[in-house]
Amino acid sequence: MRARQPSDYISVRQANFCQAEEYLALCAGNRQDGAVVSFVGLVRDFNQHNQVQTLTLEHYPAMTEKSLKAIVTEARDRWPVSRVRLVHRVGTLNTGEQIVFVGVSSCHRHHAFLACEFIMDQLKTRAPFWKKEQGDTGEHWVQANPQDQQKAQQWHRQ
Amino acid sequence: MITVLFFAQLREQLGHDKLTLHSAFYDIGALRHYLMAQHKEWQAYLAPDNSLAAVNQCLVNDHHPLHSGDEVAFFPPVTGG
Repeated sequence: MRARQPSDYISVRQANFCQAEEYLALCAGNRQDGAVVSFVGLVRDFNQHNQVQTLTLEHYPAMTEKSLKAIVTEARDRWPVSRVRLVHRVGTLNTGEQIVFVGVSSCHRHHAFLACEFIMDQLKTRAPFWKKEQGDTGEHWVQANPQDQQKAQQWHRQ
Repeated sequence: MITVLFFAQLREQLGHDKLTLHSAFYDIGALRHYLMAQHKEWQAYLAPDNSLAAVNQCLVNDHHPLHSGDEVAFFPPVTGG
């Protein structure tokens, strides 16, 4: 397995992130890459049970960063990506707020698109985060979506 | 000694966030069955279809062996991102 690159940035925190700053960090002084692909996940106002007002993200602190590093390492083993930045927020967030950022740079767009999607698909099924929604019908734990599991497993058939 | 942690909905269902066990268990499956036998009301919550397991912060299956000093965690399927 290839060692984790020093250019990986992984952060799990309550504080918000700025997509523009994350993008600039992927580009700064970077003359070798022709592509940057990024994804931002947001808190939706309607989900499985109710009109959502706030969302609380719990995690397993000792395991979270470890699992995210393992996912990024797997992405690097599959595709020649250069820089990776991953931010995941925890705590209580309002609708419309940002939850997650994944950004990948690569020589060519194809590998950057694939790596970004792979990291998100794996994060959805392997990283120990859990969402609890608070809305007009009370509090509900979000139930895992079987489609996310199928999507994550598809990568292992390729 | 084995430390067992519970997270999210499973923690609320069981009413515990942490147990310390002094017995030895061959693997995760054996620990899971021990907990389910001790507390009948935990059976549905701890069934393998409803809860994932991690040992020393890595996801594992029920055949993963256990050793003294391990940190085990049980939790529902994850929903981050």
